[in-house]
Amino acid sequence: MSAAAVLQVAGLSTSFFTKAGVARAVQDVSFTLGRGEVLGLVGESGSGKSVTGFSLLGLVDPPGRIVAGSVRLEGQELVGLPSHALRKVRGRRIAMIFQDPMMTLHPVLSIATQMGLAIAAHERVGRAATRARCIEVLNRVGIPGAAERLDAFPHQISGGMRQRVDIAIALLHRPAVIIADEPTTALDVSVQAQILAEMRSLVAESGTSLVWISHDLAVVAALSDRIAVMYGGRIVEEGPTDVVLTGPRHPYTQGLLDSLPSRAKPGTELVQIPGGTPSLLALPEGCPFRPRCPRETEICRTMPEPTGDALRRARCHHPLVLSPAEAA
Amino acid sequence: MAVTFLQPGSPTRRFLGDFRESWIATGALAVVVLIVLLAVFAPWITPQDPYDIANLSLADARRPPGFVGSEGYVHVLGTDAQGRDLLSAILFGLRISLEMGLAAGLFSFVLGASLGILAAYLGGRFETAIMRFVDLQLSFPAILLALVLVALLGQGKGQLIVALVAAQYAYFARTAFGAAATERRKDYVEAAAATPLSGRRIILRHLLPNALPPLIVVATVQVANAIALEATLSFLGLGLPETEPSLGMLIANGFQYMMNGRYWISVYPGIALIVLIVAINLVGDQIRDQLNPRLRR
Amino acid sequence: MLGFVLQRILQAALVMLAMSALVFVGVYAIGNPIDVLISPDATQDIRDATIARYGLDRPLWEQYGGFLGRLLQGDLGRSLVFGVPVLHLILSRLPATLELAVAAVLAATLIGVPLGMYAGYRPDSPLSKTIMTVSILGFSVPTFWVGLILILFFAVELGWLPAGSRGETVEVFGVGWSFLTANGLKHLILPALNLSLFKLAMMIRLARAGTREIMLSDTVKFARAAGLSDGTILRRHVLKLISIPIVTVFGLEFGSTLAFAVVTETIFSWPGLGKLVIDSIQSLDRPVMVAYLVLIAFLFVLINLSVDLVYALLDPRLRRGQVA
Ligand SMILES: Nc1ncnc2c1ncn2[C@@H]1O[C@H](COP(=O)(O)OP(=O)(O)O)[C@@H](O)[C@H]1O
Ligand SMILES: [Mg+2]
Repeated sequence: MSAAAVLQVAGLSTSFFTKAGVARAVQDVSFTLGRGEVLGLVGESGSGKSVTGFSLLGLVDPPGRIVAGSVRLEGQELVGLPSHALRKVRGRRIAMIFQDPMMTLHPVLSIATQMGLAIAAHERVGRAATRARCIEVLNRVGIPGAAERLDAFPHQISGGMRQRVDIAIALLHRPAVIIADEPTTALDVSVQAQILAEMRSLVAESGTSLVWISHDLAVVAALSDRIAVMYGGRIVEEGPTDVVLTGPRHPYTQGLLDSLPSRAKPGTELVQIPGGTPSLLALPEGCPFRPRCPRETEICRTMPEPTGDALRRARCHHPLVLSPAEAA
Repeated sequence: MAVTFLQPGSPTRRFLGDFRESWIATGALAVVVLIVLLAVFAPWITPQDPYDIANLSLADARRPPGFVGSEGYVHVLGTDAQGRDLLSAILFGLRISLEMGLAAGLFSFVLGASLGILAAYLGGRFETAIMRFVDLQLSFPAILLALVLVALLGQGKGQLIVALVAAQYAYFARTAFGAAATERRKDYVEAAAATPLSGRRIILRHLLPNALPPLIVVATVQVANAIALEATLSFLGLGLPETEPSLGMLIANGFQYMMNGRYWISVYPGIALIVLIVAINLVGDQIRDQLNPRLRR
Repeated sequence: MLGFVLQRILQAALVMLAMSALVFVGVYAIGNPIDVLISPDATQDIRDATIARYGLDRPLWEQYGGFLGRLLQGDLGRSLVFGVPVLHLILSRLPATLELAVAAVLAATLIGVPLGMYAGYRPDSPLSKTIMTVSILGFSVPTFWVGLILILFFAVELGWLPAGSRGETVEVFGVGWSFLTANGLKHLILPALNLSLFKLAMMIRLARAGTREIMLSDTVKFARAAGLSDGTILRRHVLKLISIPIVTVFGLEFGSTLAFAVVTETIFSWPGLGKLVIDSIQSLDRPVMVAYLVLIAFLFVLINLSVDLVYALLDPRLRRGQVA
């Protein structure tokens, strides 16, 4: 596994030092991403998924900062890298796509210019070659008439097309890893499905590894090889997609599954997890899910350590399914 | 009534508390108050009445700071071209500058706020006509307008105030209109307007109170601007007559002597002027920040 | 695009008409119109002749028509002091003022935009705080006072730069320009700096506010994620976006710069329009005043018009009728 590991994250913690207090947005996050693998990072909004993504690229803006942990990309440590070295990594070896394509593209620069700048950030390429490369990548992400679209401005194309342009920019340098932060959430359902399918074949053919962030377990289930569930800034459960879906260990994952419309038995009401997302400024002592958990006991006042192995683990004192070690 | 607004927890109380938190603004306010006091009591605290020609001696003219004149006292800031004690001239000049600034500010406030609120209340053609005119005027530099009016009307305090008001009321009108028009469109005001309730009530109860905070901010800035504008006009020789030497005129009179090293005749009145203007602006900045809901936490 | 241009030109013409009416009412109707046209010590015959010639005994609206007609033919009367046609006088002084104003606005933009962008990019650094303090001073301290201090320091104390007149000029297209000779350029520096200070403060504020906002946007975060350097982002992404409000202000402020040139030209004895108008106010040369006002109003309208058009060129979203 680790031989083919492209991205190794260990003990990653990111905090925001605001006037109101310290928001521990990401705490002790660890996972490993194999080459060509798709990891689905799922959790309620506010659980720290985006901040995890930004931390991987070293893009956390003040007042936030990575306070601990390590991010190794193809063996190279990224945490603590000086900004100019980090810049050379971003976009070339690890890229990111954001949620709202209406906000990411520059409104008054043409698509050609924006893609050209992204190429020029890492390579010296002539005008004609730049153009040819842009057209080639736009074609790959399924933009019809790429040559004409290239000279358009963002306001002249649809939201789905814009997100494809974002994806094209992320693919320009064939990075080893792409972080996709809810890239389809802001789009129409039909466009969502298209882009999802395209992403799947794109990563498959290019061998790019993908971290797909979503609050929607159904989207993640359709795409990813493995799933990591985040709650209150921590990964509470991780494992191969089918294993997690069929035998969740963490009560929170179970709750997410129960609230999926496709899983509900016909005629029964959807089960919602009671309570709301905790404030990161005032996390409960011990397990963050404790106040909402049906299995809560006294021991939950202490932080559970992950049990299991790198392939399949959960952070819970009372898991629904015991790991082999616990069963023994 | 007079007491309730200062009770703990009242908005005014909170406002004052917030204001005190900024030491720059508090200091600036102290400077403004000090200058106003100095100006008001100038006749009693200055060593000399600078307007009384009988007091002046040409032997004392253009002396540097610290010179002991024929009257036997120290000219702390030196003397001007006519042998006036500069400190006395500055304090009397501040009096005139403040008087002009406050009068212009007050009249612009009343005129501008009335027009703006009336435009918002009446709407329709009246609104269009007034606000078009105001906008047109706002795109035109105030200094030119004042310059032309002073030229047409002649010199004198009254004329100068008219010119300053004409150059400045538009800022008040725009501000008052903005705030009042937003309020006017709210349902409860629409409803009140549909009843036979008097228009005066709507204007005084709903429109004016909502327009007041931004107007106060504009007023601080515009008093400072009026003082600066008056000084500029007087410096150009178009403001007040020779008999009313405001700060601008003192500076202008010293200008020619600056070239041969007698800097103090212009520089000290100038320092008094900018300390006053900058202090008022700092107070205004703070009030604006405090009244701006976007910056409020 | 064409419709847009036509619409703006029509609007500009209407505003110009309104402005001319204002000037007319302001000077001809409030003041005694005859004073505007002839010198106070003219004989009664000349007085009557002038009244008849300009139709001052006619109703006001008719007079306005005549005024407008003469205006369109470029007849702005004769200067009482110089005895030459006003138009001629004004055109001969215009280059000096234009030179000064352009230099000032350019200086304000070229100095103010980078400073403001830096202050917006690193809002908490000591340099940024210094920049913002200077800009607050630039806003509140009157122009004439700054001019005086500039003269005191750079001309009187240090003796580095001259404090008055245009210096040597070079004739191009029949008019003299200072900025083409080293000596003229030296004469231009202080007045241009003086005139630019207020705009400089404004440019700093604009650039800072814009930069701050844009640097926090997803657009910039996405560009960073693609590996663009902060330098590239500032030069391409930020500059392009803040250039829209800056061009607007650049243009709009150009008009008020011409107006404030009145003060600067007086202090630095710069022989331009501003000095001319102050002199004519002091010598009651009213035809010159009227002509100056009409010209300034015309420039204002022209500037507003060009700003609208440049705006449309800079921001593709404003151009309509393109592929969707
Ligand atoms: N710029 C910021 N300043 C302060 N806190 C922040 C900032 N960005 C994120 N956070 C904190 O991090 C938490 C997680 O945010 P995020 O990762 O965006 O959640 P998600 O992507 O899972 O919806 C937020 O709830 C907030 O408390
Ligand atoms: Mg998010």
